[in-house]
Amino acid sequence: MPKVNEKVSGPLSNLRSRLEGVDLRQNAIFIALLVLIAFFAITSPGHASLTPDNWSNLVVQNGYILVLAIGMVMVIIAGHIDLSVGSVACFIGAAAGILACRPLEQTGWGWLPKFPWWFALIGAVVIGAIVGMWQGFWVAYVGIPAFIVTLAGMLLFRGLALVTLQNSNIGPFPDSFRLIGNGFVDKANSLGGSLGIKNYNAAALVITAVGVVALLLQSFALRRGRLKYNQSVEPRTWFFVKNILLAGMIAYVGFQLSQANGIPWTLVLLVVLIIIYTTVMKKTTFGRHIYAIGGNLHAAVLSGINVRRVNFWLFVNMGALSAVSGILIVARMNSAVPKAGDGFELEAISSVFIGGASVQGGVGTVTGSIVGGMIQGILGNGMNLNSLDISYQMTTKGMVLLLAVAFDVWSKKRTK
Amino acid sequence: MKNITMTFPGVKALADVTLNVARGEIHAICGENGAGKSTLMKVLSGVYPHGTYEGTMFFENSPIEFQNIRNSEHLGIVIIHQELALSPHLSIAENIFLNNEITKNGLVNWNKTNQEAQKLMAKVGLSEDPNTPVKNIGVGKQQLVEIAKALSKKVKLLILDEPTAALNDSDSEHLLDLLRQFKSQGLTSIIISHKLNEIASIADKTTILRDGEVIETLDMSKDKVDQERIIKGMVGREMNNRYPVRESKIGEEIFRVENWTVHHPDDSTRVVVDNASLNVKAGEIVGLAGIMGAGRTELARSVFGRSWGIGISGKVFVRGKEIQIKNIRDAIDAGIAYSTEDRKRFGLNLIDDIKRNISLASLHKFTKRGLVNANEEYKVASEYRTSMNIKAPSPNSIVGKLSGGNQQKVVLSQWINVNPEVLILDEPTRGIDVGAKYEIYTIIQELAAQGKAVIVISSELSELLGICNRIYAIAEGKITGEVARKDFSPELLMKYMTMTKETTNA
Repeated sequence: MPKVNEKVSGPLSNLRSRLEGVDLRQNAIFIALLVLIAFFAITSPGHASLTPDNWSNLVVQNGYILVLAIGMVMVIIAGHIDLSVGSVACFIGAAAGILACRPLEQTGWGWLPKFPWWFALIGAVVIGAIVGMWQGFWVAYVGIPAFIVTLAGMLLFRGLALVTLQNSNIGPFPDSFRLIGNGFVDKANSLGGSLGIKNYNAAALVITAVGVVALLLQSFALRRGRLKYNQSVEPRTWFFVKNILLAGMIAYVGFQLSQANGIPWTLVLLVVLIIIYTTVMKKTTFGRHIYAIGGNLHAAVLSGINVRRVNFWLFVNMGALSAVSGILIVARMNSAVPKAGDGFELEAISSVFIGGASVQGGVGTVTGSIVGGMIQGILGNGMNLNSLDISYQMTTKGMVLLLAVAFDVWSKKRTK
Repeated sequence: MKNITMTFPGVKALADVTLNVARGEIHAICGENGAGKSTLMKVLSGVYPHGTYEGTMFFENSPIEFQNIRNSEHLGIVIIHQELALSPHLSIAENIFLNNEITKNGLVNWNKTNQEAQKLMAKVGLSEDPNTPVKNIGVGKQQLVEIAKALSKKVKLLILDEPTAALNDSDSEHLLDLLRQFKSQGLTSIIISHKLNEIASIADKTTILRDGEVIETLDMSKDKVDQERIIKGMVGREMNNRYPVRESKIGEEIFRVENWTVHHPDDSTRVVVDNASLNVKAGEIVGLAGIMGAGRTELARSVFGRSWGIGISGKVFVRGKEIQIKNIRDAIDAGIAYSTEDRKRFGLNLIDDIKRNISLASLHKFTKRGLVNANEEYKVASEYRTSMNIKAPSPNSIVGKLSGGNQQKVVLSQWINVNPEVLILDEPTRGIDVGAKYEIYTIIQELAAQGKAVIVISSELSELLGICNRIYAIAEGKITGEVARKDFSPELLMKYMTMTKETTNA
């Protein structure tokens, strides 16, 4: 008989006992997201927040922050911080421009040939990784606190970006390059055309359906695996409610996107990154070592973990993800500009903390940080739709960050 | 102090202790680690406020109740802890008057401060510029700064906790002279020390504590007390049924360390482990006995992947083959495991759960095609939970919420799961209650029965006598003695453990 937290099985059992075993703290952030969506759906003029185009914009506008948040949460779990990601993203955007765009206003690059768009993409990520090696070297092998190294990096790479751009913009980018930031899967709806569906993007519908089924299968497989090993699981009612809600939300967003231009390539990229990095953090030794280092550095060292190597690769990874973010920015704006990525490090960091990570390290999840980033994105988007002045927007965002972390601290104290 | 009783959850730290110290005398307190010496001094100095203990204290014939250290310092009771409480980047003068600054109109009067500091420094025989940062002077001089600081507070009763533990011989001698000199000026001192030769030479009276109780107070001049007499008082305890009985099957030698020398990481001239050699056989439990600071942990950690110390030399053999260890991973791969004396700081990720703490050092065993199997981790952790009797609702319980004994079992599980040949257990029963201790002893004996070589480091001599086949004594970094079970006697070991350079010369 598997041990389940479900103590009462009768249909008349009250809600309280049904919800026993639900980790409220972990789920609070999802609930906050839903409340926020509902709030803006009601208040935005003409319910504009729910229109297909707005959903599409939300994804594309926040993609680059969310990519940064993925790398940032890993860095923060290990007990570090990275203040340089905005500058690095700008620098990499400029570098990508040098590789992909011709003619160039910037002098001194004429000897370089014009590379194909895919080479520019790969090249940009490689340069990002090299930037990460630079910072990782100072943090991991010299032992300078990441705060200092990346504060220096923030200036250094902004400076290098300006040097590269020579106070001018680079653009326009080749169309194939731009797809990743601005394009949609089967925008022309040729699949829909051949199937006879005209009003909806058929590719979007298919991808959404596959995604929902895959999510549900994954949830069930996870639960079954835990039950097989006699582990405690969430109460069944809550498990169903949660998964139906989640699947419903994805289906809804996918359906909305199918009425706009379809699924943005940015979203595809994001989902792939989320899956990869959730796996890395939850199921690989590298991920485990990151949590162990953040949880108790001494214990990690005495357990034989090569802390320096882990720290080094963390920053290499952050550099590569900053590069991806930089690519998304220039692809969307169709030009590399000196101000790109300004302040993105702070948005990424607050996404991570809203998403439940701990300042002391050792705690945090990729999905939490993504939701944290979405909360910020939806907040900004909703306030824009309500034509709230930028001053109040900043005030509100500041308060949300503070209260989210305060809630976290408070709920931790309560469970002690 | 009269009838002081202090209880911590699960442990009675002090039981009905009465201590009388007369004006102008030097009163020594000795006892094994954990006998309650430091606790008693913390009560006396107000670290543990009134209300956390039972009993009454009198100072100059009036009852006293302290809420904090400030209260006790106000009356002139000053404690100097073993770990010096100096701020390294501040100057000598600033440290002496820290939180007691000489001010005028709210601003610090530096001329007066330095002048006063100079006077106090002269009293303790310290000739340095008062503006020198404390980090630039040696430990011996730092100790003098602490005493000058105490004098600045108009001290009447000076409590010194292991004042000479970190000092070399000439610095120690200077310090003891200073105490004698203060005594002639009417200052009362209480000194806690493991160095029995010092006690014999300086103290007027000696109170011996054991398991939180006063065993006796010796008058050093009348009773003709020598070191043997003090040792007898410290260790003379009955042993019955506190240790599981077993028969040991001892096999061939598994682990050997030869001529191991380690220097202090902060001071490359200080030898912390001095040419130590030892060996352990399969199925054998070998104790490493020494007073605090003797170099036990330093020996263990330097062998375990050079995780402590610099300038390490010597050879390590596992099963007769010399092994090269550059880092901790090498040590683990060579079959050596080390469980730390401070499980909270160095042993466990307290915010994570039991299963992930157990798997941390052997994560590759749970990994297939690059992915960790969390269900397998859970299964293995459940097995340890049952076999080690870890009292927790599930392997998913957070380690930080467990009791000390159960946390220790998690640490042991972590290392047993590595399947090492040699286990070095540093203070495996520190801070855990009697029942859990017995369980830990049983686990240690089972490990030996499986043919593993086990080294136990402990401050509790009785514990080593109870479970070991053989005990090495270590003092000032040197292995000073090796005693087989048939020759076990606490007096003999205590003699080896307190064998300092002076006593060996004498």
